[in-house]
Amino acid sequence: MRVIMFLVMALLLTPVFAAPVVTYEFASEEQEALFNKLSNELRCLVCQNQAISDSNADLAKDLRDEIYGMLQQGNSEEEIVEFMVARYGDFVLYNPPLKPMTWLLWFGPAFALLAGFFFVVRIINKQKKSAVTEMSGEEIERLKSLQSEAKAMIKTEGKEDK
Amino acid sequence: MTEETQKKSPLKRFMPLIIFGLLVALLWYGLGLNPRLVPSPLIGKPAPEFELPLLNASGKFSHEDLKGDITLLNVFASWCFACRQEHQAITQLSRKGFRVIGFNYKDKAADATAWLRQFGNPYQVVAQDLDGRVGIDWGVYGAPETFVIDHNGIVRDKRIGPVDQEYISEKLMPLVQQIRSEQS
Repeated sequence: MRVIMFLVMALLLTPVFAAPVVTYEFASEEQEALFNKLSNELRCLVCQNQAISDSNADLAKDLRDEIYGMLQQGNSEEEIVEFMVARYGDFVLYNPPLKPMTWLLWFGPAFALLAGFFFVVRIINKQKKSAVTEMSGEEIERLKSLQSEAKAMIKTEGKEDK
Repeated sequence: MTEETQKKSPLKRFMPLIIFGLLVALLWYGLGLNPRLVPSPLIGKPAPEFELPLLNASGKFSHEDLKGDITLLNVFASWCFACRQEHQAITQLSRKGFRVIGFNYKDKAADATAWLRQFGNPYQVVAQDLDGRVGIDWGVYGAPETFVIDHNGIVRDKRIGPVDQEYISEKLMPLVQQIRSEQS
């Protein structure tokens, strides 16, 4: 009984990686490459974390057929992408275009990194400053008088050299 | 200097907390968004051109037939469970006098007919998109979906998922009022 249970459990754990079988025939290798590129770059709307190339959803199959048909009719990559965006919006693109709506998406991470860097530098500077100034009033006075003495010495030495 | 750090303005002192609060608000808002709701690029644009055969009737239905009145184009299928859920709301809209057109998406004529016989037919006519080809032009990616099209044939809204009372009172009715005021 235990063994059977174990086997059943093991069977349930087996992931199903059934990639759709491609049965398209292409006129040229470039066309096939373009087909694969497009179907990997376009997102399936039903199962959103899959490209339409590896989704088993009915709609993904329809869209693969659509891409195939458009390629057969000699449409370019841009035309096919445009076709999809006109119907499903930028959402279908795994590589969204750069425009004001997507600035945050494109530049947000770099901006966050820069901001983080800026704050780190500021904090370090502050700590340096406070480390130096952790002196009592007397010490500061002494430092100042030593500094002015040194300056005076340098000045007089310079004059003597001439 | 040690005195100065104590003299920090309250704004500066609470800055990390404020930033944290903003971040929490942003992420909380993000959690509330539904990634399944993909905004339609068709909104504000003329309805895509199409011509489809009618279910259990002779003749065709095309984008030209959408013009003249506010139309609710309801994408449904007999295999779609949520379509049953919204069926009552759709029927109610039809009874209120809305022109409700059925868009039978990737279905079989016999199944759709049986479905309509079982639940009731709220549609003026039902256009058949058996292979889903026209559905692609409309950006349909599931059922149910409902398009609101104005008298000029412009797509004004797309409801993804079942139409419910909340959608009707909060989105549809204000939109219909707006369209009517543009019309007059």
